[in-house]
Amino acid sequence: MSGIAVTTTINGDTVEFLCQAEETLLDVLRNRLGMTGAKEGCGTGDCGACSVVVDGRLVCSCLVLGAEAEGRKIETIEGIADGDTLHPLQEKFIEHAALQCGVCTPGFLVAAKDLLERNPDPTEEEIRFGLAGNLCRCTGYDKIVRAVQDAAKEMRGA
Amino acid sequence: MGMDQTFKNKAFKMVGTRPERPDGFDKVTGRARYGADFNMPGQLVGRILRSPHAHARIKSIDTSKAEALQGVKAVLTAADLPDLSDGDSGLFNTLENCMARTVARYDGHAVAAVAAVDTRTAKEALKLIKVDYEVLPHVTEIEDAIKDTAPVVRENAKAEAGLPHNIGSTIEFGHGDPETGFKNADVVIERTFKTEQSHQGYIEPHACVGNVNADGTAELWVCTQGAFGYRQDCASLLGLDVSKLRVTSSEIGGGFGGKTHVWAEPIALALSRKAGRPVKLVLSREEVFRGTGPTSATKIDVKIGVTKDGRITAGYADCYYTSGPYPSVWAELGATTAFSCYDLEHVKTIGYEVVVNRPKTAAYRAPSAPMAAFAIESVLDELAEKIGMDPLELRIKNAAKEGTQSSYGPVYGPIGFGETLAAAKNHPHLKAPLGKNQGRGIACGYWFNIGGQTCTDLNIGVDGTVTLTIGTVDVGGSRASMSLVAAEELGIPYEQVRTVVADTSSLGHNDMTEGSRGTFSSSLTTIFAARNAIEILRERAALMLGIPVDDIVWEGGEARAKGDSHGNLPALSLKEIAKAAPKTGGPIAGHSEITADGAGASFGTHICDVEVDPETGSTRVVRYTVIQDAGKAVHPDYVEGQFQGGAVQGIGWALNEEYIYGEDGRLQNPGFLDYRIPVCSDLPMIDTHIVEVPNPNHPYGVRGVGETPIVPPLAAVANAVSHAIGVRMTHIPMSPPRIVAALEAAKAG
Repeated sequence: MSGIAVTTTINGDTVEFLCQAEETLLDVLRNRLGMTGAKEGCGTGDCGACSVVVDGRLVCSCLVLGAEAEGRKIETIEGIADGDTLHPLQEKFIEHAALQCGVCTPGFLVAAKDLLERNPDPTEEEIRFGLAGNLCRCTGYDKIVRAVQDAAKEMRGA
Repeated sequence: MGMDQTFKNKAFKMVGTRPERPDGFDKVTGRARYGADFNMPGQLVGRILRSPHAHARIKSIDTSKAEALQGVKAVLTAADLPDLSDGDSGLFNTLENCMARTVARYDGHAVAAVAAVDTRTAKEALKLIKVDYEVLPHVTEIEDAIKDTAPVVRENAKAEAGLPHNIGSTIEFGHGDPETGFKNADVVIERTFKTEQSHQGYIEPHACVGNVNADGTAELWVCTQGAFGYRQDCASLLGLDVSKLRVTSSEIGGGFGGKTHVWAEPIALALSRKAGRPVKLVLSREEVFRGTGPTSATKIDVKIGVTKDGRITAGYADCYYTSGPYPSVWAELGATTAFSCYDLEHVKTIGYEVVVNRPKTAAYRAPSAPMAAFAIESVLDELAEKIGMDPLELRIKNAAKEGTQSSYGPVYGPIGFGETLAAAKNHPHLKAPLGKNQGRGIACGYWFNIGGQTCTDLNIGVDGTVTLTIGTVDVGGSRASMSLVAAEELGIPYEQVRTVVADTSSLGHNDMTEGSRGTFSSSLTTIFAARNAIEILRERAALMLGIPVDDIVWEGGEARAKGDSHGNLPALSLKEIAKAAPKTGGPIAGHSEITADGAGASFGTHICDVEVDPETGSTRVVRYTVIQDAGKAVHPDYVEGQFQGGAVQGIGWALNEEYIYGEDGRLQNPGFLDYRIPVCSDLPMIDTHIVEVPNPNHPYGVRGVGETPIVPPLAAVANAVSHAIGVRMTHIPMSPPRIVAALEAAKAG
């Protein structure tokens, strides 16, 4: 079977893979590269569970083709912690019980990190709209918003 | 020793604290493995073909072209799934729901499946399967289904005498004589309420990997609320020995009742059996909406009477609940919970199970209770207005309390309903001013809570760390709670306990994590297992110290000699006793296997403020407070999380979520774009207030907490919207077009 050869950068590492034309970046990450942190909740860009950052832009990896990763810089949930040292957002999500089942958590963390990089001191409303592309069915979002507020505060050194 | 489950008013060291959950690291780094995150060597890709018709006879299925496609390893139809139900109609219905046999009964009903080497081939193979359908008349709406002229959903079902043929069963509850009660009322209100069908909306679609070997052994990796239940169902449907099928529950990405039923799992196993290779089967979101577990659509006719001074004289409700094509217990659960919050002399409810050409109704968090509460709590709100009484006062005046005979029979023990109402009365939310176009609603809710079969192992390692093996799937942080309970009982630090969820070959049977039973039941068996282990620890300590076991007490994580007679003997820590275990008799463990009983009933009171745009009908919840009795909150963070999550599911249902069927009987919104669940920017913070009235049947006083939070919101939001716009809303969801229509109808008079 023919495939498209792709060279890309994922979490700072050069990665090469073959994929079929119809495969999404999410399919490639999960099925070809064994990176199952990004989840498929809908496959239509509505839930944000597959959020990754491509060339500095937050996207749903289910809406990007694998072949489009060629020459790009991709960041995923697997690259957020620094080795065994968790990112402040990861720590605050655990501390604030901002996850119940946890399946949406990788997407929220990727989106929240992107948000805080663009806006280090967001209001509650800015957090709520910044994370409106990510669905969570367990928490009602309350503890997620609090975790992001607390992480932002810590990251600002406030 | 060990089996006394009565409440002891002890001081807690661990229970009630908020430590970090043990699975947190895995879940924030993307390492936690959910249903679709697992693979077996040599696995194939499974895919399901689904009926495009709401109701159709399957005249024939030609799979020859699909089978001939290179890379296809198995094609499955109902012919590969012999009926082994042996007169068990529930099991037969499960079989038929997993794959249609002679008739497809709803849009999305599975009719065939394939296993192929890759996704592309599997999708191609589905297109090559030719199904010859004879399309039959269908019915999806309650009002249509209960007409005598309605299409017959279950062709072989016998209707009860005098009832329309699509009413699968009826059930009646109550006491006294409502007619007498209504005669004594000063005001009687009679109204009909409707709720549309909603879905649990778990973010993780159903996913599994199944493997059946030629020697009859089999394994299943699956996201489920209960590995043992799935094992039982799959083994029964496929004729496997229960002991030969090992089911491992993955991390579960939400269930809310929807993962208590088997859907694709028997198909994955049957495909594997036919192909001779493991099969991974992951449903798409569209399949989740079309083919799995929505809740019931309902129509509820309510009549309630009160005296001028606010005493309810009688309550009556006819509760119609859809069950998809398969009658179940949904109307029964609505009829039992409808009036459960109140102390009534005359009450009667009748449940009508209505079969329709929609997916099989599945449990959804306090199944059936939110719709009944919507109807009853709305009428109470209106009655309070009519007699000029504060709606909270009306509820306080009629609240069920210890000794009240509930509307469905049992007499309540100590319950915390009154405490939730008192907390509401004193809550600052109730006194906060409202703005323009805003309204406030309150509503109450009840859930039984259940116990059930539960089994737990507690093993003490040679280093003194403890492995607690539970069989109730952790759906929202219960491993943290169980570690707290084991640490509390043993008197050791939380970090010294690791709680794991067992597969079905590693522990005795456990019922599903459902009905708010997980923390109640597994904490009971954890306490008992710990107490049994302490017995052994005392025996070992006695051997080590050379004194009688009766002279040893277990305190603060240590074995100590009792009294003054052995005053100079050192205390032995759990670690020291564990280290010596190989020489004092071997491994130290405690076990408990019970059918948990005495789950304390649960009550909640919610306060909701909304703002409605009168031009567009768009509604925003601007403030929301959940007050609920938890008995004893083991890990308060996760109790609050249940309160908040349940409330928000209810808010979504109240304002937006509904299955929309076309005239053709096809679901028109099978995706998160058109079936819109609440997002972060839709909501305010959700305030919580935990009330703790101990359950007398649990050593720590624990009650289940997960279900009740979704019961009051439909009514709380509806009461708030009704006050904001000055028109009584009787149809859920109160989407903008329904609110605009209600306003226009009111204007037209």
